[in-house]
Amino acid sequence: MKRRSVFGRLSSSNLLLPIVSLLLVMAVNIVFDIASGNNPFSFFMITLQNTTSNGVVLYGRIIDILNRGSEAAILAIGMTLVVSSSAGTDISVGSVMSLCASFCCMLLAGYGVSSTNELAVPLVVGVLGGILMGVLCGCFNGTLVAVFQIQPMVATLILYSAARAIGLLLCNDLIVYVRNPSYAFFGGFLGPIPTPIIITVICVVIMSLVLRKTALGLYIQSVGINRKASRISGLNSTRIIFLTYALCGMFAGIAGIVNSSRITSADSNNIGLYLEMDAILAVALGGNSLGGGRFNLAGSIIGAYTIQAITTTLYALGVSTTQAPVFKAIIVILIVAIQSEPVKAYMKKRRAIRTA
Amino acid sequence: MEENVVLTARGITMTFPGVRALENVDFTLRQGEIHALMGENGAGKSTLIKCLTGINDFEAGEIHIAGIDGPVKNHSTREAQNVGISTVYQEVNLCPNLSVAENLFIGREPMTKLHTIDRKSYNSRSQKIMDELGISVDVTQNLENYSLAIQQMVAIARAVDMECKVLILDEPTSSLDDEEVEKLFVLMRRLRSQGVGIIFVTHFLEQVYAVCDRITVLRDGHFVGEYPIADLPRVKLVAAMMGKDLNDLEEIQKESKDATNEPLEISARGLSHTGTVKPFDFDIHKGEVVGVAGLLGSGRSELARAIYGADKANTGTLEVDGKEVRINQPIDAMNLGMGMLPDDRKAEGIIADLSIRENIILALQARKGMFRLLSRAKQEQIADEMIKMLQVKTPGRETLIRQLSGGNQQKVILGRWLATNPDFLILDEPTRGIDVGTKAEIQKLILKLAAEGKSILFISSEISEMLRTCSRMAIMRDGQKVGELDHDLSQESVMKAIAGGEQES
Repeated sequence: MKRRSVFGRLSSSNLLLPIVSLLLVMAVNIVFDIASGNNPFSFFMITLQNTTSNGVVLYGRIIDILNRGSEAAILAIGMTLVVSSSAGTDISVGSVMSLCASFCCMLLAGYGVSSTNELAVPLVVGVLGGILMGVLCGCFNGTLVAVFQIQPMVATLILYSAARAIGLLLCNDLIVYVRNPSYAFFGGFLGPIPTPIIITVICVVIMSLVLRKTALGLYIQSVGINRKASRISGLNSTRIIFLTYALCGMFAGIAGIVNSSRITSADSNNIGLYLEMDAILAVALGGNSLGGGRFNLAGSIIGAYTIQAITTTLYALGVSTTQAPVFKAIIVILIVAIQSEPVKAYMKKRRAIRTA
Repeated sequence: MEENVVLTARGITMTFPGVRALENVDFTLRQGEIHALMGENGAGKSTLIKCLTGINDFEAGEIHIAGIDGPVKNHSTREAQNVGISTVYQEVNLCPNLSVAENLFIGREPMTKLHTIDRKSYNSRSQKIMDELGISVDVTQNLENYSLAIQQMVAIARAVDMECKVLILDEPTSSLDDEEVEKLFVLMRRLRSQGVGIIFVTHFLEQVYAVCDRITVLRDGHFVGEYPIADLPRVKLVAAMMGKDLNDLEEIQKESKDATNEPLEISARGLSHTGTVKPFDFDIHKGEVVGVAGLLGSGRSELARAIYGADKANTGTLEVDGKEVRINQPIDAMNLGMGMLPDDRKAEGIIADLSIRENIILALQARKGMFRLLSRAKQEQIADEMIKMLQVKTPGRETLIRQLSGGNQQKVILGRWLATNPDFLILDEPTRGIDVGTKAEIQKLILKLAAEGKSILFISSEISEMLRTCSRMAIMRDGQKVGELDHDLSQESVMKAIAGGEQES
């Protein structure tokens, strides 16, 4: 009885399909493990491994997916809000990640220094500076979209092309290395657990609490569905849309620092490259309409990890990095098709016929 | 099939989740007749029409159309058009950013031999169609440049031009003024004489008696009966629709009381909004119901919007409760105890994809602010209270508002404002597209609110409705407040004032 009700809640909350998609990807892993004579559950195996640099840490494909998918998951939080409120996407988040990483590393290393072991400013100042840069970028996008009412894609196209370049400017056209172990923490481990996973969990929990304890979620969805009616009902649509972009920028900043910490440097040309597309895809895979309105944060997060699971699976199967995108595309087509309205309606009809 | 019959529907049954929308409904349309489809909100009128036009997938029953063997089941509006059924819906479903001509021919553009769109004949043919119908528009202009009324006429012209055997008009007159309604009737009669069968859905009883030949009445998804117009006088029709023999409308004969001795709630001096309403003075006392009368587009909505801050006033001063205030946007007005039910329900009222509960608490939550979220229990309590008080027909409070019928949506929006317990409530066309029974309830509610000391600004196209509830009326003409009537209120005196020419008080 209890199980049934959980299932009923899931299917009615539109989370069913994103979860099914994720399970599907996992099932592919099991099938291939069996085919290649491995332990069928090697995908789910989590072991402790002793490493020279980090001591005893968790190891396994699941851990790898959660760890590698962190940036996309963090971005997906902000992207979900932006999509809901403005029926548009923020395509600048990847570039903004890079800018924030550059700014953070520049602060930590000092301007013009290409490699350092000593921090020029306290770690906190650098990291907060990087996140603040993200918020600033978000505010810029928010102003264009909410106040000047420029189409989101056009508005965010500006930072999409400019942010990386600004980052390079801040770093004096160098790749800045921060070789201080304290900076590596955000991309490293806290005890046996990879820190990015913990940071993602914190971001998701805080955002969920904000959505649960304040009326922000209602406001965002309301504005996203009908801006005019929301205004008449007393909502300041401009401010709410602005806020979602600012938040999106903040999450881009956090993701940027995680990514930069992994490689302990600010590689402007590569940090966050194409990640905006993953974030947008995560929102769509999560069952959210890119037309704005109702959103489902959990769906987006699951979507982000689904994308990472696909990537990890393909690599584990030995698909070359150059060919992986092709297979990724095929899987994405399948997942998006399952969730499309005509297929849903067809399944519903079949179920109705079967029960009748 | 009987002689002259163009369309028969037999035993149509249709269920929505939790609600049986239609049960075993019959409908017969003959050639060259105007057939009124009547019923209260949620009686199943729109549902039946959607079954005919292929939008709804009905579960049981058969539809037959003259000249076609076997039952017809449409799966899309296009299929319906192919068998000769064209529809104009309650709300204009055209593309405002396209030209009138493009809207007329969307989806069936005239082609040249090279299969490109034939722009020339496009515009000239469109102009000819519109001229024939006596609608003066420039067909190359974008539709959004024209009033809602003209847009409605374009929608009808589009349907008419598709050489239909059956023309369905679903509340086409709700946003037309009297003159335009008359034009439409001329057109309807012409089509009737050409042998088109017209299904006419409206809430205006007088219009039914002005043009219709026959009436079919639905109630709660059931077929009540089909009557020739002569056999069903107005009182009997209302009784058939409501399922009881009472005449609520007559009961509230002018119960409004004089409240001019009460203190002022709102006092506006020289308020204006450029382009829509010229500077006006306006006072309303506590516990007073004041009507705003005028033709569509006379500035009656705009007067209210300038007070409420929906369109920020460019000039003038506003006093609320004796204190001068500044209103930049609606939330400022709400914090001063105002509320406004806008006239365009679809564009400015409902948040379509949110639940009834969320729609009801929205304004209250906006007033409380983002950080003071109403608890779920409190939200549910408020929603249930409003659903019960306003008798919203719905399976539950979590139903999405877009799944409700128009009248029930209106009740939910009304509930949204009642939940904020406003001191001054603007009701712009609260009864548009609403059935007779609910109209009477809303009028009673207005009087009840006034008795509690609240001030109501009531805007309506139906003068009789305002006569019953208002103790005073402001008259609007061409964006200007031209006067007020406070004694000797009658249909005639108000009409005269609106029409102008005579001396104004």
